[in-house]
Amino acid sequence: MVNTAPAHASDHAAGHHDHPTGLRRYLYSTNHKDIGFMYLWFAAIAGIIGFLMSVAIRVELAEPGVQFLPLFTGGDAAAAHQLYNVLITGHGLIMIFFMVMPALIGGFGNVFIPIMIGAPDMAFPRMNNISFWLLPVSFTLLLLSMFVEGPPGMDGVGAGWTVYPPLSSLAGHPGPAMDLAIFSLHLAGMSSILGAINFITTILNMRAPGMTMYKMPLFAWSVLVTAFLLLLALPVLAGAITMLLFDRNFGTNFFEAAQGGDPILFQHLFWYFGHPEVYILILPGFGIISHVVSTFSKKPVFGYLGMAYAMVFIGFIGFVVWAHHMYTVGLDVDTKAYFVMATMVIAVPTGVKIFSWIATMWGGSIEFKTPMLWAIGFIFLFTVGGVTGVVLANAGVDTVLHDTYYVVAHFHYVLSLGAVFAIFAGFYYWIGKMSGRQYPEWAGQVHFWLTFIGVNIVFFPMHFLGLAGMPRRYVDYPDGYAFWHHVSTLGVYITAVGMVWFIGLVAYTLLRGRKAAANPWGEGATTLEWTLPSPPPFHQFTELPVIK
Amino acid sequence: MVTGKRMGALVAFAAAFVANSATGQEIAKATDGQMGFMAPATPVMEQIEKFHNELLFIIIPICLFVAGLLLWVMLRYNRRANPQPSKTTHNTILEIVWTAVPIAILVMIAVPSFKLLYLEDTTPPADLVIKVTGHQWYWSYEYPDADNMAFDAIMLPAKYFDDPSPATQAERKRAEAQLAAFLGRAAPPETYRLLDTDTRVVVPVNKVVKLLITSTDVIHSWAMPAFGIKLDAVPGRLNETWFKATRIGTYYGQCSEICGIGHSFMPIVVEVVSEDDFEKWLAKTRAEYAAVDSAPVRMAALAHR
Repeated sequence: MVNTAPAHASDHAAGHHDHPTGLRRYLYSTNHKDIGFMYLWFAAIAGIIGFLMSVAIRVELAEPGVQFLPLFTGGDAAAAHQLYNVLITGHGLIMIFFMVMPALIGGFGNVFIPIMIGAPDMAFPRMNNISFWLLPVSFTLLLLSMFVEGPPGMDGVGAGWTVYPPLSSLAGHPGPAMDLAIFSLHLAGMSSILGAINFITTILNMRAPGMTMYKMPLFAWSVLVTAFLLLLALPVLAGAITMLLFDRNFGTNFFEAAQGGDPILFQHLFWYFGHPEVYILILPGFGIISHVVSTFSKKPVFGYLGMAYAMVFIGFIGFVVWAHHMYTVGLDVDTKAYFVMATMVIAVPTGVKIFSWIATMWGGSIEFKTPMLWAIGFIFLFTVGGVTGVVLANAGVDTVLHDTYYVVAHFHYVLSLGAVFAIFAGFYYWIGKMSGRQYPEWAGQVHFWLTFIGVNIVFFPMHFLGLAGMPRRYVDYPDGYAFWHHVSTLGVYITAVGMVWFIGLVAYTLLRGRKAAANPWGEGATTLEWTLPSPPPFHQFTELPVIK
Repeated sequence: MVTGKRMGALVAFAAAFVANSATGQEIAKATDGQMGFMAPATPVMEQIEKFHNELLFIIIPICLFVAGLLLWVMLRYNRRANPQPSKTTHNTILEIVWTAVPIAILVMIAVPSFKLLYLEDTTPPADLVIKVTGHQWYWSYEYPDADNMAFDAIMLPAKYFDDPSPATQAERKRAEAQLAAFLGRAAPPETYRLLDTDTRVVVPVNKVVKLLITSTDVIHSWAMPAFGIKLDAVPGRLNETWFKATRIGTYYGQCSEICGIGHSFMPIVVEVVSEDDFEKWLAKTRAEYAAVDSAPVRMAALAHR
């Protein structure tokens, strides 16, 4: 698909290129690969913290009664209830803003987009650095919020990642925890907006000669669409949380009903960001899956144009469906009817992608290496998550399912079994290239199976819980929900073993993994990163490749 | 799988009856291992369940179809079975089919979907109006049709169900006796952990009840799964919904919007009784819980419009 002119001359990082070392190399980095690696390490650490929070949540929910969390609050039941709300809030914010986004966009995006389009670096290498370094500061603010007052006499933000007022305003959280959380989101949002500007400029302007938009790899398309979503949606979140900050601190009344404001306004603003956000979380994953499926089927992606346009269409429609998150707030029935229709429309391009991946495999010569296992798992499990989304899209039935575990099951299927599977697929696909050391194939397969079995046991029973009426964000529940909660928690233990296994695998690979070839995957790997050594030189394509 | 879900619902339904053979009353709450909806007690919930079953008939085959395709592809086109990959990247007819067929399926879903939505959101003329107010962390109810009589519904403490000590159990017996007195019954009802409250929303069977829902502090949500209703309680906003319960019994729901530390502990109990029993209960209760002022008569007239 892409032929490059011999690019040896551009590869060698000759001494005259700038190659900082030590602290300066990372604190003042202008190298997209170094920045990408920092993002990936950051995402890994945040992901472990977010995962531990989810383990704590599920340990508490294993049996009716509040038995686990009071161990951390000196027996104080009310403080334990608050701690639970803080955990679910933190788990959501961390996984979204500090794990999935940094891994897919900051991590894989930064490392591979310039290489895939034949560019020497991003358009704004120094701004790239600030995009990264904003994140540890943002994360610190969020962690700090857990230790200062939120609701009266208690610590942390316990309002869910959606932080609706009045619970998130002075009525529910008069203390500074919520303000710290708002500042945390300001910084994370800023990081993503600057990153989006960088990716858009890079992809539109710095493609190598001969690489038209329609020769660009699908991962680049996915990041381009994602960047536009970030650019247009994040400012609305910034507006919403700034209005909340002003209500809390400067006497405004945007969301204060008693003063003529409207709590529902926050929800409209939040979800106007929130829905594009979930496409931001999955689109780069779609790009990775296209690459992995194509490589391990030894076939080009089926229907490249359809795949690219499907992503553009999903991104576009994603902006006009937000109120399907608000079906029970008391919206007018005709409004709800519109959102039902618009939401169902998204199923069409998504279906096109699922069928196109399968059609890519059809007639191929498939090798079931670890990245491919994750990709095949993704295709099936994202379909399951997607169809429950179609169920929820119908406001009539959403009346009974809104704010129940059915919703929790839906979004964890598309996130934990969708986005996370895509992240692992990308890790196994690219770790050899990034680090110069390959993972042990058998160990990767063990990780896959432990995780696949574990997360399905965690999340599938949640469909039953939701249908039976189990509400979300509950620390304790009536006895009738005990069985499936117990089963779900058992799944977490299996997943946790998989997580520990993965940490061991990463350590082994980076310290003792076998040297990785430039292209360990064979003829199916046709994008530009496989023409470079593993790891790539500090600077690549100082002489641009010519694409035929 | 569909059979499993239907079986689950059936079993839950049957179990609910078996568990209450003493009183012959329906009690709608989740039973352990339940895989489907609680048994419907209103025509709206019956339609919701029917529509959901139709959806299952579509989405389960879709998932099985995708799984089947993947299995086929893995078996037929793995490296050993097919060492030479093809170069096919297009098939226009296929692409048209897999765009058009999903569109057709979605249109098929949309028709009953809109019908259901408009059924839920069109309030018929009401026989009874109840105003529901969410608080941190309990619900309160007012009956404008009955001199605006008002009462709070506070969850029975979990310790009644966790602490076997004689003192606590005596307290529990007293609370259950008070609940029986509130309901105008001799026998104290069976009570359940995290579900029961010290008063209940009593309504007559087969009558249209209109609910006006609001909150005094943060957003809560009033949910009654067996009736197929859920509506947010937003401060400064009056949200309206309705139901017509077709079966006598006790129905449980729980707050459905995170509202602070007591979110898991502010349940909802609706007691559906015969028309006669309702009149008796109303007469007894309005005397006890009458409101101090009397704007209610005007409100009742407005609400019935």
